[in-house]
Amino acid sequence: MSSYSVTEPSLRQKWFAGSLVVLYALITILPLAWIIATSFKSPSDAIAYPPKTFFTPTVEGYVNVFTTRTRLSEEQLQALGEPTTWYDTLVRKDGLVISGPSRFAERFTNSVIIGFGSTVLCIVLGTAAAYAFSRFRVPLKDDLLFFILSTRMMPPIAVAIPIFLMFRSLGLSDTHAGMILLYTAVNLSLSVWLLKGFIDEIPVEYEEAALIDGYTRFQAFYKVVLPQAATGIASTAIFCLIFAWNEYAFAVLLTSGNAQTAPPFIPTIIGVSGQDWPAVAAGATLFLVPVMVFTILLRKHLLRGLTFGAVRK
Amino acid sequence: MAQIRIQNVRKEFGAFTAVRSSTFTIEDGEFFTLLGPSGCGKTTTLRMMAGLELPTSGEIFIDGEEVGMKPASQRDIAFVFQMFALYPHMNVRKNISYPLVSQGMKREEVAARVAEVARILKIAHILDKPVGGLSGGDRQRVALGRAIVRRPKAFFMDEPLGALDAEFREHMAEELRALHDRMGATTVYVTHDQLEAMQMGDKIVVMNHGVVEQFGRPQPIYDWPATKFVAQFIGSPSMNFLDFDGMIDIGGDSVDLGGVKMKVPAAREGRAGRLTLGVRPEHVKFRDDAAYRGRVSAVEYLGTTQIVTLSTGHGDLKARISSSYKVREEEMVGLDFDARTLSLFDADNGNALVSEANEGVLGHG
Repeated sequence: MSSYSVTEPSLRQKWFAGSLVVLYALITILPLAWIIATSFKSPSDAIAYPPKTFFTPTVEGYVNVFTTRTRLSEEQLQALGEPTTWYDTLVRKDGLVISGPSRFAERFTNSVIIGFGSTVLCIVLGTAAAYAFSRFRVPLKDDLLFFILSTRMMPPIAVAIPIFLMFRSLGLSDTHAGMILLYTAVNLSLSVWLLKGFIDEIPVEYEEAALIDGYTRFQAFYKVVLPQAATGIASTAIFCLIFAWNEYAFAVLLTSGNAQTAPPFIPTIIGVSGQDWPAVAAGATLFLVPVMVFTILLRKHLLRGLTFGAVRK
Repeated sequence: MAQIRIQNVRKEFGAFTAVRSSTFTIEDGEFFTLLGPSGCGKTTTLRMMAGLELPTSGEIFIDGEEVGMKPASQRDIAFVFQMFALYPHMNVRKNISYPLVSQGMKREEVAARVAEVARILKIAHILDKPVGGLSGGDRQRVALGRAIVRRPKAFFMDEPLGALDAEFREHMAEELRALHDRMGATTVYVTHDQLEAMQMGDKIVVMNHGVVEQFGRPQPIYDWPATKFVAQFIGSPSMNFLDFDGMIDIGGDSVDLGGVKMKVPAAREGRAGRLTLGVRPEHVKFRDDAAYRGRVSAVEYLGTTQIVTLSTGHGDLKARISSSYKVREEEMVGLDFDARTLSLFDADNGNALVSEANEGVLGHG
């Protein structure tokens, strides 16, 4: 006799749900997979028609994204002698020599400094503000919270010109500090709201217990509230980092020589030596890595319900 | 271990007054219960003693020292929360040792103290478990462990059994009382459960609307309530109130209840007007030749006793009598009250009138 259950889905429903998930995963992963594949193609394979699914992998794209190259004549190449390094050999077969490093590494470092810098600042300020909003009697609390959120109600780029002028007169244009400040300002409202929600969920009794156990309010915050807010802090940090990491418009407008981040730099690769798609794809692939690593490192906190079962609600 | 004295303590939250001018003293080593309905100010009073709220005015003395404005960490007290408030990111051992670590105690001494507490509470086997998976009772024991490990001057408990299942609550109440008797520490215990308060407390403070209604040992409070509120709040079923218009002079020992002369303890203060005669259900006797009569409207069987609800000329009245006594619904019975146990209240302000029986209990008069 077969039993019928209301809560347990039938095999068909499971299959249907499963294939939907797989389909969605394919749709999202496909462009990424294509970019990663392209980064390992040779320039001719990259623009081959019909597109090549199977190809001989090469790291030419990665070499190209990190270097600038010059085309030399046969005689000049002869005069240069045998290439000394593996990447020299790689470009020599196209009749090129490496003339120096490109600015990709520098731009990438800028992205790391600005992205992580603004994320750290956002979390520190956001946690402090969220804790205050959550625990203390702040006059006009609701109005202040709404005011903070209202900064997100227009697209940030709408204020790009005033910010550009302000940054110019403050000497913040094209500086790391300026970009960190800008991304922090844009992200802070999101960070305060998200973190306030997480801190509201932590029962105040924990801090009171710590206060009675002989800790100061700051120690109670640091030793009891923070560990329990870890889940919220981790997910907020990921949101902040992804925004700052991917931001393009402000970066184009406000940075050029010194503090330019990777997003405005990567498209410029196209112009340097023809349409070098593998180099662009290599840049994009490398650009994905830090956010992926960061997310994987914090995944534990995202998935673990730290406070589960400790308080009976 | 310490005496705790509360003097004219008052607490306002904006326009709302949570506690109005409370004064009472908790003697060293007492198990003291703060009893009252929710919102009566008992928890606020406890939190002010603990330093989690600051009083608007008044003084709080712990061990002779005025601590009203001191932070909780400087009062050397322990607090057990209703929701346990165990640190979820630590295991049982860390939870218990946490208050000791904050004092910078040596590691060997911390280990010794935790082991001792674990032995007392019989939780040695769960010391290395995370607190998340523990049963309600075990969590309660861990919370107690965290409180007693520090050997504080006093224990404050805010409805610590409120989150437990009914059957387990009784067991835990016994454990708690046994623990107190063994340690002899001053304990302040907040509850809304009058049975729990009477069962456990050496002394009880009954609060209502931020006011201390009565303060003393459980039995005198039960027998001689100072106000109608206390009479009603303590005891189940609560004291019967028979409202009547009448008078009593100083020294008078009877009242006229709808034409029936009812003997009461000799009055120490006189009053005329709207009065209330209070009688506990167990002090109502059925006697066929009694002049005061009532009609049986309901019978609840409770095993050894039964609760009989009667309608009288002054409202409903409940009697607790032996189950062996046979009563039928709609039957008219004669009611006799044990004169030595009756209370008279001023119906307008709810205060008990002082008589020779309750003058030793009631402060005023």
